[in-house]
Amino acid sequence: MTVTIFVPRDSTALALGANETAAAIEREAKARGIDIKLVRNGSRGMFWLEPLVEVATDAGRIGFGPIEEHEVAGLFDAGFTTGGSHPKALGLTEEIPYLKKQERLQFVRVGITDPVSLEDYLAHDGYVGLKKAIAMEPAAIVQEVTDSGLRGRGGAAFPTGIKWKTVLGAEAAQKYIACNADEGDSGTFSDRMVMEDDPFMLIEGMTIAGLAVKATEGYIYVRSEYPHSIANLNEAIVAANAAGYLGENILGSGRTFNLQVRKAAGAYVCGEETAMLESIEGKRGMVRAKPPLPALQGLFGQPTVINNVISLSAVPLILSRGAEFYKNYGMGRSRGTLPMQLAGNLKYGGLVEKAFGVTLRELLYDFGGGSESGRPIRAVQVGGPLGAYMPESLFDTPFDYEAFAAVASTVGHGGLVAFDDTVDMAKQARYAMHFCAEESCGKCTPCRIGSTRGVEVMDKIIANQNRPQQIHLLRDLCDVMVTGSLCAMGNMTPFPVLSALNHFPEDFGDQKTLANAA
Amino acid sequence: MNTQTPFDLAAVEAIIAQRKATPGALLPILHDIQGVVGYIPPSIVPAIAEGLNISRAEVHGVITYYHFFRQHPVGEHVVQICRAEACQARGCESLADHAKELLGCDFHGTTDDNKFTLQTVYCLGQCASGPAIQIDDDLYARVSKEKFNSLIQAKRGVQ
Repeated sequence: MTVTIFVPRDSTALALGANETAAAIEREAKARGIDIKLVRNGSRGMFWLEPLVEVATDAGRIGFGPIEEHEVAGLFDAGFTTGGSHPKALGLTEEIPYLKKQERLQFVRVGITDPVSLEDYLAHDGYVGLKKAIAMEPAAIVQEVTDSGLRGRGGAAFPTGIKWKTVLGAEAAQKYIACNADEGDSGTFSDRMVMEDDPFMLIEGMTIAGLAVKATEGYIYVRSEYPHSIANLNEAIVAANAAGYLGENILGSGRTFNLQVRKAAGAYVCGEETAMLESIEGKRGMVRAKPPLPALQGLFGQPTVINNVISLSAVPLILSRGAEFYKNYGMGRSRGTLPMQLAGNLKYGGLVEKAFGVTLRELLYDFGGGSESGRPIRAVQVGGPLGAYMPESLFDTPFDYEAFAAVASTVGHGGLVAFDDTVDMAKQARYAMHFCAEESCGKCTPCRIGSTRGVEVMDKIIANQNRPQQIHLLRDLCDVMVTGSLCAMGNMTPFPVLSALNHFPEDFGDQKTLANAA
Repeated sequence: MNTQTPFDLAAVEAIIAQRKATPGALLPILHDIQGVVGYIPPSIVPAIAEGLNISRAEVHGVITYYHFFRQHPVGEHVVQICRAEACQARGCESLADHAKELLGCDFHGTTDDNKFTLQTVYCLGQCASGPAIQIDDDLYARVSKEKFNSLIQAKRGVQ
């Protein structure tokens, strides 16, 4: 009998040796005359277990991990294909508490299916949403997305349905759907996992968006640092076109939607929506002034829906299960679930999809298992390089856009980076300014010059030169950047800087000095 | 250091001809050229400008704006070390110091034997498993100093 064995092809698994493990499994099986079918699935998002080898059984999939190349022979010796025990056996994968405690609505297929197999996608409720959307009027699709309460997952949290309504209402011969997949924030990898591990979900979401606003062309702008995402998306797009799910006359509906991947070139600021449009147009990725809104004059001057990967790939689920189903998850005005990314110094780093309302502490300790180094977690940066550093006293903040804003923080893209007590927060504040100086597009002065001056001021603070005056200057500079910058790059860089200063003043000099500066 | 090595001009011109009708063609063209040549030779800028009917200044401006595009040849292998926050929290700075010492060159530099070019990258999307590095097209996660040494040795042909 053929035994089905799964070894992930997600890039984290590959970076930890999954290809070598997979090759060893094929070699050993052949040498031992065991008939196997090897499936290269996505990752379950439990990265401390990668490469995670799974075996299909009548009871479900049994996991073993992490399994390096040299451990494969031992697995076969233990009879792992026929229920044999092994020190690295994890039991039924689905029963691992880290997975079992999640609410995987959107990442429901991730880690289970072969990402580039359309057959697998269809067998796991794929394209149910599109089939429903085809039978609906465009305005009804927009209404469904509005009713779901979905807000932009890229960080800005703008209601997706409202944005779509503006584009639907705009009259133009050509409209576009532009997917922002320039996931440059450190500590975030959920976009990457969707593109590598379930690319059809994003393609389906964009196709539905096209039907909803009457756009016939779509672009996915993917960072050059994600070659595996680009490859898997392209492979999936070819398959979707061939099967009539993309291109002209989608599923016989007479509707058209063409989709292509555009490779970025390593400019962080292109994650800002208007800079991204400039880049797709083949120019320097510099920020545009708003208005006009991209919804009215976006890509090539035409009405354009710009959404993040996670927002767009939530759409198939909203259409297939209904707005009401999605809306019933979450808290306050933050509806649905958020795929959160546990990163940095954590024992169990990975992807956790939960409804809004889960606290930072639950994520760090119940899921993350505390720091990997075993030292106390001192600071957590939430929402990427432009997100605030949160101290232990704020760990009970629930994930909710409004609750985070109330403590001068931001949910951002749902990534959290944990630091233990060896971190020097003055250095982190300097790094935030340095990063902004490196990545600023240069269009507006507060961001371009402010960040360079910010590095200089931080250097003086660190060198203990006139600390009270320099701290006063730093606050003043941050104020100018927040209020005077054209986009989030300049007006959010002060978030990490000021949060470091306000929550960890001891790293910026003694308390007495700071009291005098205030 | 010479900044220009011989390259296949016909192949580059074919890329321009093939791509120039694409909307927003400049980035795809630059990606293809760098893919074939290994960098963007400054001498090809006029041909790109002419092909797309834009100024040389615009082409130059785009090449120099993006971190990914380079105007000089690099070593045989490009070693990129992620130095963003999530990898910082997992010790990438000490790995970066170690890499500089082992390779005997600074970031943006190339080793004397032209074997390795060392670069910084801000995020490879391996944030739960840092420090992460990339050598050419291959990713490596949880890279200790020992693992780094063995990866470099393997590229040098030493087992």
